[in-house]
Amino acid sequence: MKRYKVKIEPEECKGCGRCVLACPRSILETGRKLNEMGYAYVTVVKEGCIGCGSCFYQCPEPGAVTVYELAEQEG
Amino acid sequence: MNTEQVKFGKSSVFFDTFERRPGPIKKNMHYCPGCGHGILHKLIAEAVEYHGIQDKTIIIAPVGCAVFSYYYYNCGGISVPHGRAPAVGTGLVRALPEEFVISYQGDGDLAAIGLNEFLQAANRGENMAVFFVNNSTYGMTGGQMAPTTLPGQKTATSPCGRQIETDGYPLKVCEMVNALAAPVYIERVALTSTPRILQARNAVRKAIGILKERKGFSLVEVLSPCPVNLKMTAKAVNAFIDEQMCRYFPLGCFRDHSESALPHHTTPPLHDPESVKKVLFPPKLNIGVASDFKNRSKIFEHERRIKIAGFGGQGILSLGIMLATMGKLRNFNVTWLPSYGPEQRGGSANCSVILSRDLIGSPVIDDNCNLLIAMTQPALEKFLHELKPNGVLLYDSSTMHLPESIAETHPVFGIKALDIALGLGSLKCANSVILGALSAILIDRYLEGADKMDFDRAFEEAIIDCFNNKPEVIKLNLCAFYEGKKAVTFPA
Repeated sequence: MKRYKVKIEPEECKGCGRCVLACPRSILETGRKLNEMGYAYVTVVKEGCIGCGSCFYQCPEPGAVTVYELAEQEG
Repeated sequence: MNTEQVKFGKSSVFFDTFERRPGPIKKNMHYCPGCGHGILHKLIAEAVEYHGIQDKTIIIAPVGCAVFSYYYYNCGGISVPHGRAPAVGTGLVRALPEEFVISYQGDGDLAAIGLNEFLQAANRGENMAVFFVNNSTYGMTGGQMAPTTLPGQKTATSPCGRQIETDGYPLKVCEMVNALAAPVYIERVALTSTPRILQARNAVRKAIGILKERKGFSLVEVLSPCPVNLKMTAKAVNAFIDEQMCRYFPLGCFRDHSESALPHHTTPPLHDPESVKKVLFPPKLNIGVASDFKNRSKIFEHERRIKIAGFGGQGILSLGIMLATMGKLRNFNVTWLPSYGPEQRGGSANCSVILSRDLIGSPVIDDNCNLLIAMTQPALEKFLHELKPNGVLLYDSSTMHLPESIAETHPVFGIKALDIALGLGSLKCANSVILGALSAILIDRYLEGADKMDFDRAFEEAIIDCFNNKPEVIKLNLCAFYEGKKAVTFPA
């Protein structure tokens, strides 16, 4: 089975929360820490990304969300 | 070992860092949190990347929040006046038929100030893709009522909710465009749930595909969240769009002729700079003087601004043309700008003539006039203030009287032009009488050396040039010209 990973750039996130609402696995949460712009940014709090891309398409920022496909581990 | 491969990430159609954006933040956009513009920007970037047309795409930034879209897209961009994106887009399509034009517009831009430009471009079926962001409010200016605000919806300028009785109904743009014959593809999508965003992604991709095949006009209306101005959370704004906006603006494809539409072939325009120059700067007619001839008198070292004013029918405009022609025949750059009241035939008329050895910036004269030729009393009163201190006044002394003390501030010359013209049998030649007077004044007071000889010739040539093919009229006007030269009265 393919495995995926989502990364959120704290300094690009404005904390709108669209990705949090959309994630089917609820692995994203709006954190308590503020970034340099003063927004409480979203963080990945759980494993279990299925690579659906919901968070990417919901996010209004070009580069805040990136979803990676991980190569299958050997052994 | 783990290797990571990006499955969903930043499109290469965006700049890596947004260097054009002012301020220290160069990695993200200027939009508010949760703004639909960002989502649509990503969909457009992805579609442009998918179709491989980045190097040939021009994205027109509207007036509205997306006015800075050129900060972000690494492709052609142009900012246009409010609402004029499809008009400028039409120009781009015609002038650059090899490029792909995307017009990105908001509801104020497209559905209010620019509705005409948009509908006309749609009706002509211009080769462009229009993305219409409908967020039911004016975002950039702080949430005022838009043409697309829903009935009853509260905004900054409809605090009791939009009243249909006074504010009308929201504009259904897709439905309206669907009444036109030319558009190829019309769809309305919404940026709410992920499935709907993916539908929007398909629509954007399709519209840009049609653009790539040059099949004509596509419109994608995007119901887009504006959580800040609607004062809602991300969840609430999605619900507002899905439940309220979609009820009034039903989603779906209104038209898709992309299969049957045939590609448009625009003839590439001629871009030969030499022929453009010929059209813009026609070679001067040189009657009697060489192409490098220049009158040497000091008076011509600076731009000369002349205003001629009177009633329609006095030959005001043709006097201006004669002066401008004289300038043209002596290798000046000239402009001639007529102005008359279309509301009244025979009403006041005036024209501005500028002669210069340099390029002329503007043909308009509303101050610093060097010479005012006034043929009626009202014209004198209207334009005297435009005359420069020490500027010359030439007036028709058969009908007019001058304000007292004007002679202290300006050189004033009188000519009984109407009387002389009447004596010659035609009021119409009063303008040539004035030209004669002007010639006499110039030669007596302002010209030096060889120019004195040249100017009589120059004016005669101008009269002949202007009344070309009419020997009788030339004769009469030349006669009037010489009478004018004799009859001018110089200031005491």
